[in-house]
Amino acid sequence: MAIKNILESVRQTLFEAMSRDERVMILGEDVGRHGGVFNATQGLYEAFGEDRVVDTPLAESSIVGIAIGAAVGGMLPIAEIQFADFIHPAVDQIINEAAKIRYRSNNDFGCPIVIRAPYGGGVHGGLYHSQCVEALFFGTPGLKIVAPATPADVKGLLTAAIEDPDPVIFLEHKASYRAIKGEYPEGDYYVPIGPADVKRVGGDVTVVSYGMTMHYALQASEELSKEEGIEVEVIDLRTLLPLDRRTIVESVKKTGKLLIVHEDNLTGGIGAEVAATVANEAFMYLDAPIRRLAALDVPSTPYHPVLEQAMLPNKAQVKEAILDLARY
Amino acid sequence: MYRTMLVARAFDERTSILFTQGKIPFTVTGHGHEGAQVAAAKCLVSGRDWVLPYYRDVGVVLTLGMTVRELMLAEFGKAADPNSGGRQMPKHWGARRLKIMTQSSPVATQLPHACGLAWAMRARKEPGVVWVSFGDGVASKGDFHEALNFAGIHKLPVVFFCENNYYAISVPFAKQSPVERVADRAAAYGMPGVSVDGNDVFEVYEATRRAVDRALAGEGPTLVEARTYRFGPHTSNDDDRRYRSREEVARWKEKDPIPRFAAYLKDVGLLDDQEDERLRAEIEREVREAAAWAESQPDPDPASVARYVYAEGGVGRGH
Amino acid sequence: MPREIVMPKLGESVVEGVIGKWLKAEGDFVDEDEPLVEVDTDKVNAEVPSPARGIVHRLLAREGETVAVGQVIAIIREVDEEVADLPAGESAPGGSTVANGSGGFAPGGSVAAAASAGVEPLARSPHLYSPAVRRLAAESGIDPATVTGTGRGGRVSKKDMERAIAQAKERERAVVLSGSHESRSVWAPEDESGSASAARRPLADGDEVLPITRMRRTIAERMVHSKRTVPHAWTTVEVDVTSLVAWRESIKEEFRRREGFNLTYLPFVVKAAVEALREYPILNSTWEEDRIVIKRRINIGIAVDLEDGLIVPVIKDADQKSIVGLARAIADLATRARAGTLTPDDVTGGTFTINNTGAFGSILSAPIINYPQAAILSMETITKRPVVVGDGIAIRSMMNLCMSLDHRVLDGAVCGRFLRSVKRRLESYDANTPLY
Repeated sequence: MAIKNILESVRQTLFEAMSRDERVMILGEDVGRHGGVFNATQGLYEAFGEDRVVDTPLAESSIVGIAIGAAVGGMLPIAEIQFADFIHPAVDQIINEAAKIRYRSNNDFGCPIVIRAPYGGGVHGGLYHSQCVEALFFGTPGLKIVAPATPADVKGLLTAAIEDPDPVIFLEHKASYRAIKGEYPEGDYYVPIGPADVKRVGGDVTVVSYGMTMHYALQASEELSKEEGIEVEVIDLRTLLPLDRRTIVESVKKTGKLLIVHEDNLTGGIGAEVAATVANEAFMYLDAPIRRLAALDVPSTPYHPVLEQAMLPNKAQVKEAILDLARY
Repeated sequence: MYRTMLVARAFDERTSILFTQGKIPFTVTGHGHEGAQVAAAKCLVSGRDWVLPYYRDVGVVLTLGMTVRELMLAEFGKAADPNSGGRQMPKHWGARRLKIMTQSSPVATQLPHACGLAWAMRARKEPGVVWVSFGDGVASKGDFHEALNFAGIHKLPVVFFCENNYYAISVPFAKQSPVERVADRAAAYGMPGVSVDGNDVFEVYEATRRAVDRALAGEGPTLVEARTYRFGPHTSNDDDRRYRSREEVARWKEKDPIPRFAAYLKDVGLLDDQEDERLRAEIEREVREAAAWAESQPDPDPASVARYVYAEGGVGRGH
Repeated sequence: MPREIVMPKLGESVVEGVIGKWLKAEGDFVDEDEPLVEVDTDKVNAEVPSPARGIVHRLLAREGETVAVGQVIAIIREVDEEVADLPAGESAPGGSTVANGSGGFAPGGSVAAAASAGVEPLARSPHLYSPAVRRLAAESGIDPATVTGTGRGGRVSKKDMERAIAQAKERERAVVLSGSHESRSVWAPEDESGSASAARRPLADGDEVLPITRMRRTIAERMVHSKRTVPHAWTTVEVDVTSLVAWRESIKEEFRRREGFNLTYLPFVVKAAVEALREYPILNSTWEEDRIVIKRRINIGIAVDLEDGLIVPVIKDADQKSIVGLARAIADLATRARAGTLTPDDVTGGTFTINNTGAFGSILSAPIINYPQAAILSMETITKRPVVVGDGIAIRSMMNLCMSLDHRVLDGAVCGRFLRSVKRRLESYDANTPLY
């Protein structure tokens, strides 16, 4: 099996999808000739032409709006928002239109679009190239939100997102683009949207996470296993909406201890929903309070590294939080 | 065409009565717009062209093939309402069989949709045009500019049809636009802008016809502005006496497209007073009957409230 | 002060770069902002200007080499500086002394976050039991207050409860094996015999070492506890069972055919004993620190020998059974004991124990009391002996009954009366005695 990083996995999966199905098209800023500011779509313009890899004007609302129209018209559009920080002008189209088309038309219409966006900090991006936007859309029934952290999951879930008859927001952690490498499955590979993935089995503490912090959790778990004999179960959500409550609850019923880690702000982050679910469905199995480790509640990630690192959760903190919980 | 205009007028009058009778909680009327709507829609081919009508466009949807009974079902929010099964407020059109794209309440969002539909039609080599309508307020929204911009760049087969009735609820056009005509904005987006008397069915028809033909010929989009007036309030929740005089309304009533068209038809002998009366009576009966019928139809099933958030059954592989 | 030059991060998410071309050689002078090296990344190819003015002291990466962002690639010394020669590849002393402006931009420079990054403080309440602990307590019946807590602040954690539950299960199994009905009190750590702490004597050639099984350990602990706590006294009587023997001999074949198991002498002894216990209930009692409890139910424990030990299953309400009923109960318990299918209920609740030591040929035994009972009776082997009958000598079948007694509860007088009662009954059993 080939080894690819996250970025290469996105690119290759897009290439394969566009080769398979001529309805698949990409639109966004700089996606065509430039190949995307992160090179995520590099080569696709050359391979499939400007009618299928469309350089749009600088206009996020209509990037999504046009994608919606094209989807209703029979295409399978993948809209790229250059940075998740710039998705906000498109919120009306995403939340009021895409998410509600099927419900409001009583199933007469559907909206099979994918909206891809790089998110997350730790790259000296400052307040406007580092945001996590998943919480913004999390409470919107009708949307699906996916945030894979490994090359295989990228391929499987992006394939599923493109095939999905409903709108899917596909989030790519930009710090993981080159830093995370892994096995990239060849051929047809599909991971259903919805189920979380237990990336590591353990009996002492459950850690629920996604994106880069999931990798911190895995690393911390390996170290804690060797150093302290603590066995951590790491659940990679992969899909944020709909949330895989069952896998989470089953794990906590086993370990009794839950730590949720995400890079998004603490308040109103997805961790809050996970915590409420577990408190409701696994109360009698809890051996410790449910803990969340997340970014400080500041408006976004500041630029200077010392500020950025003070705001974002890091691997050392993840490890410490797990250890603290294990010892509770 | 005349008949359809009469039906549209009668329909709106009936829904106003139903509202004041307390039988329906809300309605929107388009009194005054009938000429523009029916004339423009006459240029389209139902089932070939994608149409995105806005909430006043009774005349459009009737012309495309929606029935009075179907419209009444939507007024009552009944289960059989083809637009939404009672999930949306009335006048929020959507019918795949007629290629009427489902509409929402935030205005202007449908303009980028129109561009997307046009793109898909062209990519799939499907003949036809996309026709999208909206009020003057929409011409201020970002989505309007983004959509015209994109359509202009790619010469998409879209007809942008603005029914300018000089009010966005209470905000008069002078406060909405720094230029006199919505059509003036077209040049900024690389397309012709045509402003016509929206109450003159011939002007509207001609302008729309030309725009449609342009689009079919691959020459790109057009912005058509039909200058008209709404005789009633914005919706049943609005009291237009608060922001405009009765004199102004009366002045515009003199340009009412229906008597104008009737006069023309009588002039050329296609209509006489008797026929006119007969038509109106028949239509009145039809509309009343449709209202009574729709009112008696089943309400939506509460158990269905959670359905269709996502596609059902057999979604994704492995199902 | 020598300056380290690091591989810069030429773009978001870039993690490494390739040295394209060195534009200066070691020993060259380089001015501030003068291009020092060409670096290639998959996003951008760039000339890297020197952040410092000085002499290129050492180049630490080769052209074409891939270097991680933040790694040192060159060292520049000040024009007049003498620098101790550094082996290639090592950084200057004081590792992170990179140029001021770029210090924090090295990805490895992770500052320990000052703030807690949104972490709520842990509740510290050692005396509050978590929901998991309470659930396990409810399910198992174990009071968390009796469990040693190893959680933070000494709280009883889920793992502690799980451990306690596992231990209780072990003890239950040991109870089943050893027949103790007061296993929990036996398990008190301070009662542990000092076997572990006893000094190990050296092994001699040919010595065989047997590991101590759970059963043996349990038996050992119980025996030690009993002997240590209970003041044992001992007494014995001789019983003339000639009639009983004759009778039993005459019916044993038919009995075996009809009932499917053997009729031994044990049920007769049990019958006699329970009737005597009804007469002298004080022998069916327990010494507790501040009171003596006379048990109403008469549950007779029957010692059964197993391959590797001993177990004492209990006949509940033995006084309500006929001789055959007792025989059947004894046979059933013995069979199940040997099959290992006794339940905890079978081995708990005994109030008096009878041991058939005679089965092995013993004529006198000094059994150890089955704590917390007050006495234990052993029936010895039946031997034909010459005895004085009237004024003559006759050959009679004689059986000794021995009894150890808790001298706190019982004394010689009452025990003597009890044994005399048992003896009288046994000597009266003959063909007229109702079996059923």
